[in-house]
Amino acid sequence: MLTVKLIDRYGAVFIAVLAAAAVIVPFCNLAIEPGSAFHIPDYLLPLIGKYLCFALLAISIDLIWGYCGILSLGHGAFFALGGYAMGMYLMRQIGPRGVYGHPILPDFMVFLNFQDLPWFWLGFDSFLFAMVMVLLVPGVLAFVFGWFAFRSRVTGVYLSIITQAMTFALMLAFFRNDMGFGGNNGLTDFKDILGFSVQAGETRAVLFALSAAALGLGYLLCRYVVTSKLGKVLVAVRDAESRTRFLGYRVENYKLAVFVLSAMLAGLAGALYVPQVGIINPSEFAPANSIEAVIWVAVGGRGTLVGAALGALVVNVGKSWFTGAIPEFWLFALGALFVVVTLFLPKGILGTLQDYLGHPKAAKPAPEPDGAAVAHPAE
Amino acid sequence: MSLLSFRAFHHLTRALGRSVRFCALAGLVVLALAPSVHAEPVDDALAAFAADGFDDTQKGIDILVSSGHDSAEAILAALSAGKLMVRNDDKALFIEGKAGAFTDARTGASASVDAAKLKVVRLNNRLRRSVQAALGAVTLQAPSPARRIAAARAVQRSRDPAALPAVDAALARETDNGARAALQTARAAIIVAAKDAPEAERIAAVELIAAEANPDAAALLRSVQADAPQALRTAAEEGIAGIERSLAFWNAMQNVTYGISLGSVLLLAAIGLAITFGVMGVINMAHGEMVMIGAYTTYVVQDLIRDHAPQLFGSSLFFAIPLAFLVSGAVGVAIERGVIRFLYGRPLETLLATWGISLILQQAVRTIFGPSNREVGTPDWMSGAFQLGGLSLTYNRVAIVIFAMLVFAALLLVLKKTTLGLQVRAVTQNRRMASSMGIRTDFVDAMTFGLGSGVAGIAGVALSQIDNVSPNLGQGYIIDSFMVVVFGGVGNLWGTLVGALTLGVANKFLEPYAGAVLGKIILLVAIILFIQKRPRGLFALKGRAVEA
Amino acid sequence: MLSTFAKAAKGISTFAAAALVAGSVTAASAQETIKVGVLHSLSGTMAISETTLKDVMLMLIDEQNKKGGLLGKKLEAVVVDPASNWPLFAEKARELIAQENVAAVFGCWTSVSRKSVLPVFKELNSILFYPVQYEGEESEKNVFYTGAAPNQQAIPAVDYLEKEEGVERWVLAGTDYVYPRTTNKILEAYLKGKGVKDEDIMINYTPFGHSDWQTIVSDIKKFGSSGKKTAVVSTINGDANVPFYKELANQGVKATDIPVVAFSVGEEELAGIDTGPLVGHLAAWNYFQSIDTPANEAFIKEWQAYTKNSERVTNDPMEAHVIGFNMWVKAVEKAGTTDTDKVIDAIVGIKVPNLTGGTSEMLPNHHITKPVFIGEVNAEGQFDVVWNTDDLVPGDAWSDFLEGSKDLEADWVSKKCGNFNTKTGKCGGQAS
Repeated sequence: MLTVKLIDRYGAVFIAVLAAAAVIVPFCNLAIEPGSAFHIPDYLLPLIGKYLCFALLAISIDLIWGYCGILSLGHGAFFALGGYAMGMYLMRQIGPRGVYGHPILPDFMVFLNFQDLPWFWLGFDSFLFAMVMVLLVPGVLAFVFGWFAFRSRVTGVYLSIITQAMTFALMLAFFRNDMGFGGNNGLTDFKDILGFSVQAGETRAVLFALSAAALGLGYLLCRYVVTSKLGKVLVAVRDAESRTRFLGYRVENYKLAVFVLSAMLAGLAGALYVPQVGIINPSEFAPANSIEAVIWVAVGGRGTLVGAALGALVVNVGKSWFTGAIPEFWLFALGALFVVVTLFLPKGILGTLQDYLGHPKAAKPAPEPDGAAVAHPAE
Repeated sequence: MSLLSFRAFHHLTRALGRSVRFCALAGLVVLALAPSVHAEPVDDALAAFAADGFDDTQKGIDILVSSGHDSAEAILAALSAGKLMVRNDDKALFIEGKAGAFTDARTGASASVDAAKLKVVRLNNRLRRSVQAALGAVTLQAPSPARRIAAARAVQRSRDPAALPAVDAALARETDNGARAALQTARAAIIVAAKDAPEAERIAAVELIAAEANPDAAALLRSVQADAPQALRTAAEEGIAGIERSLAFWNAMQNVTYGISLGSVLLLAAIGLAITFGVMGVINMAHGEMVMIGAYTTYVVQDLIRDHAPQLFGSSLFFAIPLAFLVSGAVGVAIERGVIRFLYGRPLETLLATWGISLILQQAVRTIFGPSNREVGTPDWMSGAFQLGGLSLTYNRVAIVIFAMLVFAALLLVLKKTTLGLQVRAVTQNRRMASSMGIRTDFVDAMTFGLGSGVAGIAGVALSQIDNVSPNLGQGYIIDSFMVVVFGGVGNLWGTLVGALTLGVANKFLEPYAGAVLGKIILLVAIILFIQKRPRGLFALKGRAVEA
Repeated sequence: MLSTFAKAAKGISTFAAAALVAGSVTAASAQETIKVGVLHSLSGTMAISETTLKDVMLMLIDEQNKKGGLLGKKLEAVVVDPASNWPLFAEKARELIAQENVAAVFGCWTSVSRKSVLPVFKELNSILFYPVQYEGEESEKNVFYTGAAPNQQAIPAVDYLEKEEGVERWVLAGTDYVYPRTTNKILEAYLKGKGVKDEDIMINYTPFGHSDWQTIVSDIKKFGSSGKKTAVVSTINGDANVPFYKELANQGVKATDIPVVAFSVGEEELAGIDTGPLVGHLAAWNYFQSIDTPANEAFIKEWQAYTKNSERVTNDPMEAHVIGFNMWVKAVEKAGTTDTDKVIDAIVGIKVPNLTGGTSEMLPNHHITKPVFIGEVNAEGQFDVVWNTDDLVPGDAWSDFLEGSKDLEADWVSKKCGNFNTKTGKCGGQAS
């Protein structure tokens, strides 16, 4: 228990698979001729890339929920903010190639009668600036939000609901056309990124490899956090917040640090997501999206990190598959999946797998109940 | 007679027949276009209606009104209600009565006609206005005061100078005070607009109208043209200013009523959640779907009533309320027994499972009833609005406010005064202890969840009156419901009441200044900040219980 | 240790494999039929409108197959559910085109869903038929717009109100998204051009699914009580309409006092409301179910038989799909192939009868000619036509009333360009 390896055996598999995917998938797509059994068709590349971004979002949620007991029902907001930062960069790259041919303003601003670029769009023509914003905007929002919330000792379901209020408010705000973020249509019709066409196969391949790398590095970072001394304190907060406080730890600072880190990871995931799906719009802020992301984590196995990624993958592959195969009934399948997982695999897929195969020393499943629970009076 | 001559005779009769028909047709056209010397004006009017062009119909209305014929009122009423029918082949006009019976429009005698050959005489808005004004002029001397008042209102809206003699005549005979006042206002409305009336009379009319402090009166006064005499204009401006002063106060009051109304909707939507989430601790994401099931139950009840017992339609909601409670409650009990009972002590997993259930329920409803909106009718007694001072209140909103309060009171009684309520509180406070005291915790759990779900179903009945009945109904209310419960304080029904009303009123006061969207955003941010200040909501549970 | 490693790896790879197999299995049998993609939401918020369009497409494809298919092959519908989720629209479009090899796609409802799939259709060079009235300001090589452009709906409606009802004061009420924004901007410019003053125009935007209309309806009442005849031009979207009309009815706003003309309320939407109190409110469309023509009668009969429901209503976007599908069939027959570029070239100029007695033509700007009808709501939940254009109106991609777009022109035949600037004579919309 005292020394915990940075990479346990599930982590090793995870990293290995990711590394292999990062190399093999683009290779099979670009270098192998279509028609060959090993060829990966073009449409799968951004699709799997999207799953990887969702997996990174899931890991960021697992970091705070699984290890620190903070159930955020608004993590989609950080994801979307990262996405918007990237989207704004991509919009600026369109330059005069919009339908109205305005040298600077994006199309939606032209027909909403904007005369100048709003101040918050300045600087987004620089990739470096945009990338800083991808991390900074979600990070700052999380810092401000967490600063107030954790200091006021808002916990449990109250915290969950106000995170939901946060993402809901942001969604409404971004829907407003007056805000200057493109309203309901959001940002779309991207042309190129760093001078490379976003639709070119090579760009796609690079984005895919980057998503895989980000997921791998994000995992390692989270793993580093949870296996460090900081991680021990986090687990203590999760399991007995008051006791940890009485022991002299500044609980709110630990929570704040990990919350901000998690938000930045979510922002990064959003930034990688946008060029691959080609659109970012306010529905990404929808509370339902955030709830769904939490469900990925639960399906995969909370407090395992790898499980979170696995859950995101399973649910989204299922969604892609069912919406095509049984379009009329896929919601039944998805709903049933959630119910069945809760009832029969309470520790999620990976947690159950661990039970079945025996625990590796490091991966300790999350005990119940926890601080994020509803005030379940006097149990 | 030889064969040849027979044939010639046949030709002759055919030709004769054709020309007779032609004459009839020509006559009709003449009737439609110009008053004929032979026929009474009412025949001209009917012929004009039969032509069924908007301009023809207008002409028909004018002729009918000036004719003063006995059947004019019946014909105009039928026209206004869309019950005046024209027969395709001979252009005869009929009035559709109750249950498919028809009467001849000209004679008033009952007639048996093939309904398939009839076509309604069409109206557009312009005609509808002029029919109503005409009807008003014709019914000014109707026997019942209520109808006379309605007629006076119609005349007032039309401001038709042609109706002035009729109004004067009616005023001379009027005995009922209410009807007299209405007639005077109608007369004033006409005179204010009439340029040729004496100035002193017009100013008096302005003052009469200004005494009615409502927006319609202000509108009337604003219509005084700029070219009117100076004294008249001053009087009108003073009148408007006076009305606006009194309206400013009533506006604020009106916002409060809107807020209370919105608050009661929120209360209804949230109160079931206050049980399943607040009291039991289940993060019930399927709560919205319970509301939706209640709304669909209302739809089914109304559908059955329409088919089998249309006379009961006015009371359909009273049948729907208990049924919605039972149906949603039963679904709730099934969910509790089937899924949630395995998850006590793991509240966050209830989030996951109930989210799945909500997806399944939505899609199930979509499969059974189709994805589009279902029509839920509003009974007559809930339609329309009434004036209370300067407030305009709609019956359905008032009904919902009262209903929400009744549901709240009933729920409070159940929890505080019944054995079940006692057991519920015992189990949620200390499950093991309650169990050792002999309480069947399983049963109590199922009943509590059923109660919360059933109350959500009842909310669905109310919401079906103001919102879409579609599979997405529940989704629209789930977030607001959670906000209300958390804002008010989990586990406290009074908190939910105060929370819902506060949010409703605040929303309605923000809306005129900030707009609907920004108002809502401000409110959400306010909730977030409020929770920082009071991390357990408005009415926090005190004591050790909260530190679970 | 090794075995667990292997097991875990196997588990993960099975998922990857499952995703891959999905593509290859269905693609194998593709040669026998011509596939037609149907991209309409069957779940989520837009299912309420879009599910009907999916059914219409299935019916049309069924009919065509009964007539012997197309180019000697049977048509096969490929239905997917983008679930009212805009990024999923793009993903599903990619799946239809790249994986299922569909010859054309019929789909989308909201503007954002169209904007989301646009880059996919451009990249993979396929064809989209978009059947819904929309804001214009777009003309793409790969998209055919069979719904109304603003000049085929909004402008005639305003003209009607002004002439027939003598309206002088206007409330432009809409949901806050791009279609109402653009339509209202065009109308505002148009009305001001006609001499309507600023204070006689009130513009109001509400969020999607807005359900509490008390304040706004009372504001409209107030605005309408100035003594001048007032009308509401509503671009309120979908779900928000039912509570809006219920509130209008309850607050006693009658069509004879303040008429509401709507651009997004059709027969399908009225099916959810008791229309008794709404009689006289208006809608402007290019098709109404109540229009009495043999073609329409046959279509309604066929539709009700197909859905086995004698009360199913028809609406404007359905007719747009009928026209679009028939145009596509004719174009494919003319080109002798389903090859995208050849069909795009062949389809311009194709004429097919619409359901209201006229003949619609595909124009070089990829919009079609349509008649405009104004209907008043009647007590049966249908519309009585009170006015219509004598001729068909050609759809205009770029509005003549908007700064920036009035110089643009779309012509995919002679100029091969969707945003040709007539001032500079350059493609690409460049102002200089």
